[in-house]
Amino acid sequence: MKPRVEQILEDLEQATGLEHLQIAVEALRDHYRVDHVVYHWVSSSGEQYGCGTYSPEWAQRYQEQEYLRTDPVILGCFQRFHPVDWKMLDWTSRAARTFQTDALKYGVGNQGFSVPIRGPNGQFALFTVNHNCDDATWERFTEMHRRSIILVAHFCNQKALEFEPGRKPEPAQPLSPREVDAITLIAMGHSRAQVADALSISEHTLRVYIESARFKLGAANTTHAVARAISRGLIVV
Amino acid sequence: MLRYIYSDQMALYPKLRDTMFRDRADQFKTRLGWDVTVNEKGEESDQYDQLNPLYVIWQRPDGSHGGSMRFLPTVGRCMVNEHFLDITQGVRIESPLIWECTRFCLSRGSDPAVAAALMLAGGEILDRFGLRHFVGVFDARMVRIYRRIGASPTVLGTSGEGRDAISVGLWEFNPEAKARVARQAGLSPELSAMWFDQAFGDPKPDSFALTA
Repeated sequence: MKPRVEQILEDLEQATGLEHLQIAVEALRDHYRVDHVVYHWVSSSGEQYGCGTYSPEWAQRYQEQEYLRTDPVILGCFQRFHPVDWKMLDWTSRAARTFQTDALKYGVGNQGFSVPIRGPNGQFALFTVNHNCDDATWERFTEMHRRSIILVAHFCNQKALEFEPGRKPEPAQPLSPREVDAITLIAMGHSRAQVADALSISEHTLRVYIESARFKLGAANTTHAVARAISRGLIVV
Repeated sequence: MLRYIYSDQMALYPKLRDTMFRDRADQFKTRLGWDVTVNEKGEESDQYDQLNPLYVIWQRPDGSHGGSMRFLPTVGRCMVNEHFLDITQGVRIESPLIWECTRFCLSRGSDPAVAAALMLAGGEILDRFGLRHFVGVFDARMVRIYRRIGASPTVLGTSGEGRDAISVGLWEFNPEAKARVARQAGLSPELSAMWFDQAFGDPKPDSFALTA
């Protein structure tokens, strides 16, 4: 059965080690019904680790061949913050083509969508969804799921940062009173227009506050954000 | 033409870079009298320019800067969350689907079509990268210009008065709004899309799939 993204995020929230991140990544693969999901981290000193569903043989091959230096996805996403469809990258160099041929041989799909993440202190991470299909199918897929993938990518990275040795936990960004008000009124079943009115803000402003609260709560959507705010005791309904 | 350039690529466009930072000094220091830092070369830049932001720039035919704005993700360090929490009612606006847009600058004598072109570029970014909103910081006189080109933000609030006034606003674009700013800019949607592809890579059909 296709796991729900809300449940995957609930499990991710409870994660205490990289093995749990691996489980989440596998569940995300099943959720999106794609061949592969990969989370790849590179620290400022060049150390890398990751988890994902590529074959162990490919992971080993990647390390041995030092593909980090030639992988067009890494080169195209490093220091960037916009999501990238692999088709937008430059695959023309000989090194890139060698890499590509090799990747396909090891079961990497022909389509990819990667989300670069710039973390604190030069940390860089890449979250990739990879699949084998034609261009039209892939375009439909990314159009439908890209926002969800972008959010999930950041949730995975936030979790991974918690596991970094010697890292002081980031002070949790609590919801501001204004966000608490907005989520509370939504939870009480008011429409967005009513909530905006009650808070004397425009609906557009409300949408931004809710989008922001959703991200801080690690939630897949507004309903999920409300549920999380309640279960964390942030709001009382 | 519209250029989309990350800070670490700016060295490839020295004239564009130098004229942009000089025009920023002219706008924010000379004309608006803001408390910004201008170096000995007469260029204005701040700490957020050090974070490898994405600049969207209107480049004139002679290669110089006609107008620009600066984007940063709100999930990292950004101006709105570090300086304008009083305007956002204490809400840290933070989401990978919301970017901030700051240092909206028009070079002296630029016509409103340049502002419209920049707004069109903003619309491209929202569309193509799957974003939902921009949160922007702008000087209050821009409100009138944004209205004129049909891209009015939802203004969250304003601090200061007169030429010191700084506003924070929100943008989202529907296809009609995008078409409207394209008309105001005198640019075809196709040309705008082409400039975007030039910057971020032209989707090459089956380029990867061919070898499969």
